[in-house]
Amino acid sequence: MQLGVQLLQYTLSGITIGSIYAMVAIGFNIIYNATGIINFAQGEFVMLGGMLAVYLHNTLHIPLGLAGPCAALTVMCVGLLFERFAIYPLKTPSVITLIIITIAASILFKGGAMFIWGKDSFILPSFSGDTPINLLGATILPQSLWVLGTLIVIFSALMGFYKFTIVGKAVKACSYNRRAAKIVGINVDRMVLLSFGLSALIGGTAGVIVTPITLVSYDRGSLLALKGFGTAVFGGLGNMGGAVAGGLIIGLLESYSAGLLSSGYKDAVALVILLLVLFFRPGGIFARREEHLLKAY
Amino acid sequence: MKKLSIVLSVLLILICSILLLGAGEKEKVESYKIGGVFAITGPASWLGEPERNTCVMIADMVNENGGINGVPIEMVIEDSVGDETKAVNAVKKLINSDNVLGIVGTSRSGTTMAVIPIVEKAQIPLISCAAAEAIISPTKKWVFKTPQSDRHAAQRICMHMQESGITKIAVMSGTTAFGAQGREQVQKLAPDYGITIVADETYGPQDTDMTAQLTKIRATEAQALINWSIVPAQVIVAKNMVQLGMDLPLYLSHGFGNIKYVEAAGGAAEGIMFPAGRLLVADMVPASHPQKEVLTRYKGLYEERFNEPVSTFGGHAWDAMWLFVEALDEAGADRAGIRDALVKIKGFAGTGGVFNFSEEDHYGLTPEAFEMLVVKDGAFTILEK
Repeated sequence: MQLGVQLLQYTLSGITIGSIYAMVAIGFNIIYNATGIINFAQGEFVMLGGMLAVYLHNTLHIPLGLAGPCAALTVMCVGLLFERFAIYPLKTPSVITLIIITIAASILFKGGAMFIWGKDSFILPSFSGDTPINLLGATILPQSLWVLGTLIVIFSALMGFYKFTIVGKAVKACSYNRRAAKIVGINVDRMVLLSFGLSALIGGTAGVIVTPITLVSYDRGSLLALKGFGTAVFGGLGNMGGAVAGGLIIGLLESYSAGLLSSGYKDAVALVILLLVLFFRPGGIFARREEHLLKAY
Repeated sequence: MKKLSIVLSVLLILICSILLLGAGEKEKVESYKIGGVFAITGPASWLGEPERNTCVMIADMVNENGGINGVPIEMVIEDSVGDETKAVNAVKKLINSDNVLGIVGTSRSGTTMAVIPIVEKAQIPLISCAAAEAIISPTKKWVFKTPQSDRHAAQRICMHMQESGITKIAVMSGTTAFGAQGREQVQKLAPDYGITIVADETYGPQDTDMTAQLTKIRATEAQALINWSIVPAQVIVAKNMVQLGMDLPLYLSHGFGNIKYVEAAGGAAEGIMFPAGRLLVADMVPASHPQKEVLTRYKGLYEERFNEPVSTFGGHAWDAMWLFVEALDEAGADRAGIRDALVKIKGFAGTGGVFNFSEEDHYGLTPEAFEMLVVKDGAFTILEK
């Protein structure tokens, strides 16, 4: 086997892993933009999406085409309820309190999922079969294309939402400066609620889409959250394009270092690069200076 | 002066009688307390849960039949979550506050290694349900184990490879204690069977994609692949191999011994070979085999009570519990006596094999304890030689 094909295979693997990270990172960013906090329950949204889809499809025998969207929407409801009952009632929220609440929520979701569905790993059938697609000698699963496609759809829909709709612009205004947004008459509370719903929806969708590749179990969320968080920081917290680029870069780095160096160092390479980025560009590789200044103002 | 001596002698009598009373009580214990530390929740819960169930079941069985010489067993079970720190705390609690006579567990090799110094210091017998060779080698005075060793698993795999004429292999392992130990054993044993390792890859226990490592292996001359890890990683390896169109024979470790993994892997599990205790294929074991009776008995009892398929891991706890019952029957409530009784046990047919303990061998099994199995039509079958 020639090196070219191998490289192509590493690239395809990297893109698949990277797309998963990117989707989690986007979820982090949405909530960060609206509230300035890191939602540590983001990984649990992904896990819940996968688990619910497994439950609906494998136990209740609902066709996959219906079970998937249902699962994602249910996770969105969970996200909305979470915001209403845990985040919203706080009178004077400090960032630390909010973050601790999200950690508590992640433990609750994890425990709940373990209680309801048990501790086994589950799998969903692939959406369009398991026959690998041959690409110049390298192979990719149709499901990986689904992951990549979903990422593109989510990303473009979000960009469109932020750029062309009035609600999207209002959310963006909150992210630039909460107080100023309030002064010009934007209902900040509603925007926060919306962000949690949106973030949970994206997390849930990601969960449904990746389960045929990665399997799902009640404790899958924490590690995804960690990788997704790293990705979000890498690309610059709050920067959507940065999240996608960051996810793909980290995914490719992991896959190249596993293939070309040694698989034992794969996580180390990704983390060292992440550290270097934080040393030299603390705001992430795609951070814009003025945006940060505006936020701090 | 006289008064003082009277007071003193009264005090002395009092103290003596209390001591005597105490001693009298020690003779007649109300129950034999056995501790259990298992990874009941957390990533290794698929180990801990059947182990806990089995221990509870055996304690109930013994107590319903009047206990051991009329003394009932009291199980004190702790959850280690598969975590070293929590396992250490649980063992300390069992020793210091519950005052148990012996401990069954822990579920994982890493947690057992962490608690060994504590049980050795407290001088309390521990029968581990984890497989790693390092647990009993070098021999520790108070530590025993029931699962078949990694070494013997690796030996069975190498023996099978030699028979199939395989000389160049690739090794993949998870970066857990279980994976690292297995990798080490394979590296050590392979040369004895004329096998060279041409690729040696690792991956994290929560990794979701191993195609990069497999692509690298595909470019080597490997004729077979040994993957040493625990679920769900081994399922993903099998699926990734199908994706890459690799048709190398895939050998997994004895950690694959649960039919649920075959279901999770779907068609990708077909043809996977792995060493396992005979419990998984209890129905296919010939009736003349010394383990036949215990295998069918445990399988029947467990599946009836818990309504789920029996697993190898619960079997390790079954063996450990009955060993304790046998030792308690011999020695009573005496930790050192229990240990000495354990060392003397010979020809004990358990689910893991026929145990022959000695002062030097706290493991008591041979490679014969393993049978090579293969996944065929979604079920485990004994691999024909």
